[in-house]
Amino acid sequence: METVNEKRIQGESIDLSGVEEILEKYKGVRGALIPILQQVQAVYGYLPEPAVNLIAEQLNMGASEIIGVATFYAQFHLTQRGQHIIKVCCGTACHVKGAKKITEKLSKTLDVRVGMTTEDKLFTLEEVACLGACSLAPVMMVDEDVHGKLASDTVSEVIKTVKESNISQ
Amino acid sequence: MICKEEIVETQKKINTQRPKIFIGMATCGLGAGAKGIHGCIEQELEKQKLEADIIRTGCIGMCTHEVLVDVVSPGRTRVTYGNVNRAMIPQIIEEHVGKGDVVKKFALSQMHAKNEADTPYSNIPFFEDLEMNKGQQKFILRNCGYINPDSIEDYIAAGGYRALKKVLKTMTPKEVINEISKSGLRGRGGGGFPTGEKWASCAKYPADEKFVLCNADEGDPGAFMDRSLLEGDPHAVLEGMIIAGYAIHATGGYIYVRAEYPLAVRRLKHTIEQAKQYGFLGENILQSGYSLDINIKEGAGAFVCGESTSLQNSIEGKRGMPRTRPPQSVEAGLWDKPTVLNNVETFANVPFIINKGAERYSRIGTEKSKGTKIFSLTGKIKNAGLVEVPMGATIRQIVFDMGGGIPKRKRFKAVQIGGPSGGCLPESLLDSPIDYESLMGAGAMMGSGSFVVVDETTCMVEMARFFMNFCASESCGKCPPCRIGTTLMLDILTRITQGEGDEKDLDTLEQMCDEIKVMSLCGLGQSAPNPVRSTLRYFKDEYIMHIRDKACPTATCVALHKYEVIPEKCTKCQACIRNCPVKAISGNTKEVAFIHKEKCIKCNLCYEKCNFMAIK
Repeated sequence: METVNEKRIQGESIDLSGVEEILEKYKGVRGALIPILQQVQAVYGYLPEPAVNLIAEQLNMGASEIIGVATFYAQFHLTQRGQHIIKVCCGTACHVKGAKKITEKLSKTLDVRVGMTTEDKLFTLEEVACLGACSLAPVMMVDEDVHGKLASDTVSEVIKTVKESNISQ
Repeated sequence: MICKEEIVETQKKINTQRPKIFIGMATCGLGAGAKGIHGCIEQELEKQKLEADIIRTGCIGMCTHEVLVDVVSPGRTRVTYGNVNRAMIPQIIEEHVGKGDVVKKFALSQMHAKNEADTPYSNIPFFEDLEMNKGQQKFILRNCGYINPDSIEDYIAAGGYRALKKVLKTMTPKEVINEISKSGLRGRGGGGFPTGEKWASCAKYPADEKFVLCNADEGDPGAFMDRSLLEGDPHAVLEGMIIAGYAIHATGGYIYVRAEYPLAVRRLKHTIEQAKQYGFLGENILQSGYSLDINIKEGAGAFVCGESTSLQNSIEGKRGMPRTRPPQSVEAGLWDKPTVLNNVETFANVPFIINKGAERYSRIGTEKSKGTKIFSLTGKIKNAGLVEVPMGATIRQIVFDMGGGIPKRKRFKAVQIGGPSGGCLPESLLDSPIDYESLMGAGAMMGSGSFVVVDETTCMVEMARFFMNFCASESCGKCPPCRIGTTLMLDILTRITQGEGDEKDLDTLEQMCDEIKVMSLCGLGQSAPNPVRSTLRYFKDEYIMHIRDKACPTATCVALHKYEVIPEKCTKCQACIRNCPVKAISGNTKEVAFIHKEKCIKCNLCYEKCNFMAIK
């Protein structure tokens, strides 16, 4: 597959060897499309078009079918996202305890709308249905860390810590 | 393969003479900062040159008091410290771990002694006697927060996999199904279908392949008991699944778990590996000749995948859309093979039933709803957390006895049971029992067990709008009644909350509730109108106030705010005056506050800061 190994998209080249590795792992496994997409997204942060085409070719299915699956689930993204993903919980308990204010505060602090990525590609702000940590409402998740009992000022602190840890890395 | 000696060895390991420190490290604990506390404890032990075993446990259910740290000194009972912060650690380590003296001012409770030789401390209440735990019966949550969920040895020492051994060595599949049927266990995922009946109908279809599926796609906003079980006692769920697999002759199994629960996914992977090492899973389980392999499938963030046929489509790698039934899943489910799908909590009940016997199990609960049910108690409540109560307990018991009532001296208004498929029950139903039939009759639903308490500051119309918004955005779009119906209902509700409602809207809403319920393809659509229907039934006056008077009685709907002070309620505390960014409020310690309309920018801050609901 040397021809598809590297494709140019928006002037930027993508190394597809990661996709091939994942495809190799799932060879012959039934119903493997979703885990494949999940792992490809874990590598690239989103589902790049060349990767989707390669998966389609290898699994012998239409790219449209894959896009159909990818757009059905909230987890998959077709465009590049930020380095850190902020998920604000909008479950019932968080809603009752003012999740809306948390989203507004984040939106203001980061200068980004819900579902969008900041200009420095550092953060993507998202709203999710429920993170299942209702007793700590309102809650948000930054990457895999859950932050609970939030208030407007603690939100800024969390963002500050994440930014600082980014610099120190 | 595990033998008796190994179990004895395991138990010995657990009963060592070193002090033990348990830290609650489920998602709720981690969210409250358990990771930092864990590091702090390690540092402090090193600093004070003390030795202790640190054990990470799941959630014990007292989420309000997270971070929870338990300390056991050799020969004494286990003491729980609540709301632990870094400042408390040095003292706890020095006095309790070092000298064996409990730090009374931080201690929340102590557990009953497991060995008679363990002496309890005086003046510390027992865990079971705490307000929150009285009236609870922890059968399914028995291990959560007690054992290390990452250790199969801990689970075995606590009596784990005994049920599986009993089933494989002494019972035929038919006997297993009979036992489950006799116990009266019903599905804990919401519908309440008798589990034994489901297994029996699947068992009767002969096929070369059969599947047992665990639905861990806990999507109900406000529910987290499945997550807690998976994080706190994953082996119990797995054991129940293997038993189910044996009963229906399953050849394969999947646990479909939400990707939003990364910790649960990690724990489950580890659990499956361990079970395979010990011979409880895989080829020829415990030399019985029965083989079963179980895999994990991570969900990808679609609520509708909690519906059985959608879930199966999703495992097959397709869009998670439901299909028409029949055929039912038990006949042609995953890859068109006979399939049994049960919820996490249902599977967790199975080992308990096998160990204790169906007869003993069926003594818990009511006539038609047997056993216990775990609720995740959240919202405007003092003691948020997990509660496990026998079926038939009343709402009042959960809210006021275990939950400790409503904080900030506010009044109870309603409890939302069952998430987007459930309903809001008012004060007048506080004494009604919680079982499948009573809840259904009252217009709610067991759902998966979310139990969100709302107080007088919550607007019920806005609540209904919130759930309709959820259903509309989660509708998969396959059938028009759900796809279009929920969107139209959302439009009407939004209009009402913005003061643009019409009296005819209420009739339209009621009519649409019926239509969507009857015509939708799957459970999501059929139950989507429930929150609207139940609020219309119990809180119609609030709808009417929004429509006729263009006023929101709780002043939640921002578009309807008038920004006036209610003189009778104002305590002259001046919180609103201090917080107003444009200085539009006047008043002092002798005069009630007054909002000058010409200066007011309607930022809503005064309303939020007022503790007495004196601004409308």
